[in-house]
Amino acid sequence: MLIRRPSDIAPSEITPRGLYLRRREFLAGAASVGLAGALPAVGADAAPLPGAKSPLSTTDEALTPLRDVTSYNNFYEFGTDKVDPARNAHSLTTRPWKVKVDGLVAKPGDYDVDDLIKSAQLEERIYRMRCVEGWSMVIPWVGFPLAEVLRRVEPQGSARYVAFETLVRPAEMPAQRGLLQPLPWPYVEGLRLDEAMHPLTILAVGLYGETLLNQNGAPTRLVVPWKYGFKSIKSIVRIRLTETEPPITWKQQNPREYGFYSNVNPAVDHPRWSQATERRMGEGGLLVRRRPTLLFNGYGEQVASLYAGMDLRANY
Amino acid sequence: MLPAVWYFYLGVTDQLGADPQNTLERLLGLWALRFLVLALAITPLRRLGGPNLVRYRRAVGLLAFYYAALHLTVYLVLDKGLDLPTVWADIVKRPYITVGMLAFTILVPLAVTSNGPMIRRLGAPAWQRLHRLVYVAAAAAALHFVMLVKVWTAEPLIYAGLVAILLLFRLGVRLRKRRPRNRGPQPARAGT
Repeated sequence: MLIRRPSDIAPSEITPRGLYLRRREFLAGAASVGLAGALPAVGADAAPLPGAKSPLSTTDEALTPLRDVTSYNNFYEFGTDKVDPARNAHSLTTRPWKVKVDGLVAKPGDYDVDDLIKSAQLEERIYRMRCVEGWSMVIPWVGFPLAEVLRRVEPQGSARYVAFETLVRPAEMPAQRGLLQPLPWPYVEGLRLDEAMHPLTILAVGLYGETLLNQNGAPTRLVVPWKYGFKSIKSIVRIRLTETEPPITWKQQNPREYGFYSNVNPAVDHPRWSQATERRMGEGGLLVRRRPTLLFNGYGEQVASLYAGMDLRANY
Repeated sequence: MLPAVWYFYLGVTDQLGADPQNTLERLLGLWALRFLVLALAITPLRRLGGPNLVRYRRAVGLLAFYYAALHLTVYLVLDKGLDLPTVWADIVKRPYITVGMLAFTILVPLAVTSNGPMIRRLGAPAWQRLHRLVYVAAAAAALHFVMLVKVWTAEPLIYAGLVAILLLFRLGVRLRKRRPRNRGPQPARAGT
């Protein structure tokens, strides 16, 4: 497979660490005007986790401020409001944490997340993230290719798909208890094996040079930058290789609105809203203008070949 | 008008979170629905022996209209940048927007006629008939909310439930009025 590098990145364009660390100043400022209680506990548990710069970081766009990345999240296990995860996710304990890798592999096993992190070459991957709801961010993830983990467990020849599963722990995930739970649990997602093996597909363990906060899917989550955000499943406990297409939560929930592929595509609307444009978070406040959405979220040069000959409208 | 002023202040000072447009749009819409529910609750409240708030009803109804207008303005100007072809496509293609626009459109003549001179000009019966359209507007507004969510959560269902109860109350009153009154138990007929 030929992976062409995008032509638009220069390492010099990546935001220097000093700039994004200004969030500390923001927090100090917020505390001094008595806002701290109203704001999520940003950075409460984050520890430094640097990653080497990667040529696959595909952007010359401004990074979304850390404050927005960590306070505006869809993580329904902690509530359906965008600010719920930042408010509620502190209750999640992320150590010890095992990721079970099984199914059609030669070497199934329970992998400790710290071992995964230690044995990986951590990279910084700056990716656009486009939510199916019509908003987007630019996030400097820290992680490693999912392919490294998959190669280590040696997929069998019959394996064609990879299924992922999020933690179920009602005691620590408030929306997993009580009446009127928003989704059936566990949250499940899936990729075709070639999508999972693609160099752009990573397991993220950090962002902005620090470990992931719980609301962003600690301790490890998937990031598939050319697909709508809900494909990038958070707080993963199980990775299973299968022969048939695995069920995915949103498609089960509403098959007319969400498909297995869910590639970002401005020409294929969500039945209830247009996908032609998006609002970039942290850019311009109230007066932010919508920007055009790009096919495959702008990663077409690298991933379009995965879908050669496929009807993207039928396989939404 | 206080909530709106406060929200615009928060918006201008960048305190509405990562997606201030969306947050503002939603908050304004929510208040429009709240005022609609409140306006519809005034008559049942009085009939069920609660306080008589009828003299505030016009103000509450107008507030609902103002908030709906602000909600629509944020959508048209900030969100869509007055891109009218896109807006029109939204209205005809997206059922939840169609329903929302219907609710707002109905509120316009009601707001315009919510003053003494207009009541006199229309005459009380015609005015009252016109203003019964608020039932349709409230139902459409609640439906608009229910139709745009991704999963079932309590909030839109609670508002839809409140509107349903308030409309059913009117239906109940109407059905009871139609039935002849004071029909005591019929005397048993002598056998023939």
